[in-house]
Amino acid sequence: MKDKGKILWKLFLSTLYLSAFTFGGGYVIVTLMKKKFVDQYHWIQEEEMLDFIAIAQSTPGPIAVNGAIVIGYELCGVIGALTAIIATIIPPFFTISLISVCYAAVRDNWFISKMLEGMQAGVGAVIASTVYEMGQGMIRKGNTCSMIIMIGAFVATCIFEINVIYVILVCGGIGVLQSLIAKGEEK
Amino acid sequence: MIYIQLFFSFLQVGLFSFGGGYAAMPLIQNQVVIQNGWLNMAEFTDLVTISQMTPGPIAINAATFVGIKVAGMLGAIATTLGCIFPSCVIVTIIAALYFKYQSMTFLQNVLNTLRPAVVAMIAAAGISILISTFWGSRTAIEFADTKWSFVLLFGSCFVLLRKWKVSPIWVMILAGVANVIISFIIEIIHG
Repeated sequence: MKDKGKILWKLFLSTLYLSAFTFGGGYVIVTLMKKKFVDQYHWIQEEEMLDFIAIAQSTPGPIAVNGAIVIGYELCGVIGALTAIIATIIPPFFTISLISVCYAAVRDNWFISKMLEGMQAGVGAVIASTVYEMGQGMIRKGNTCSMIIMIGAFVATCIFEINVIYVILVCGGIGVLQSLIAKGEEK
Repeated sequence: MIYIQLFFSFLQVGLFSFGGGYAAMPLIQNQVVIQNGWLNMAEFTDLVTISQMTPGPIAINAATFVGIKVAGMLGAIATTLGCIFPSCVIVTIIAALYFKYQSMTFLQNVLNTLRPAVVAMIAAAGISILISTFWGSRTAIEFADTKWSFVLLFGSCFVLLRKWKVSPIWVMILAGVANVIISFIIEIIHG
């Protein structure tokens, strides 16, 4: 195992960086966390990361904070979780303190609003790219049941706008049923 | 004491908001505008805009903003701590359980069915961002009204990410700068 202090420091810096530069809230931050911790540092398996995102979504509170807690906990236990939380909440503290002083000027600034509009297109591309990678991984495994769940969950959230909590509960339920049936067949 | 009030208000927001920042907004409105009258409706609208346009988790941005407006820096600390306190307790417990029982076949099966759903939900979040970028809102989807400069921008960003493996944060900043330049040129052409 690598030096724990070093991991904590790297964890602190990367969560701080993600919170300070990511526009668009929880989903975008979680997507970038996957890029950082799975693809770049190889600290976490891709499948584990998906579990973390499921946990972050189905527990109350901000998704980015929840995601940071699970990742921090996995890497260094409770200290890791605390490190990740602190790093996530420091950047908003400073940016919002600054902006709250002159927010009308910031809100009505032509340059800033065009910048943000453009960044939204970039955010969309970042999410699309990650989904493409993860979707490919899923398809390569060639499990029909996974495919059906992936399409079903997509239709439910994207077209019918069903709350993600219900989707997670239903999919979890299907998983429980499946393992019960598998157990029955073993006997 | 105002700090304790702020803490407990945002504790409720943190405890009852499922699904991230956008889901937390109505709860924040209820606490801040209706129950405590800390902000009026116009200020709340500003709060929503600012939390979305500044980097960082939307709910944390909103909590910090309310705290500062109502009671300065200490207020912001109170609201932020309130907002994340339920997460800290609940997520840590669930994470501990997850790592303890991770290898159990039963839990593995359940997680196996959840994983494709998570990919789908991230895709759905991405699509709603793209819809609001290309058309403004879901109800306004009309082929003729497509903002093609954003479609082009999206396509270029996707290529930068996939083909040249440019870091996502750079891609987002580039997209912002590119849109400033495009909009500037358009305004010059239209006089």
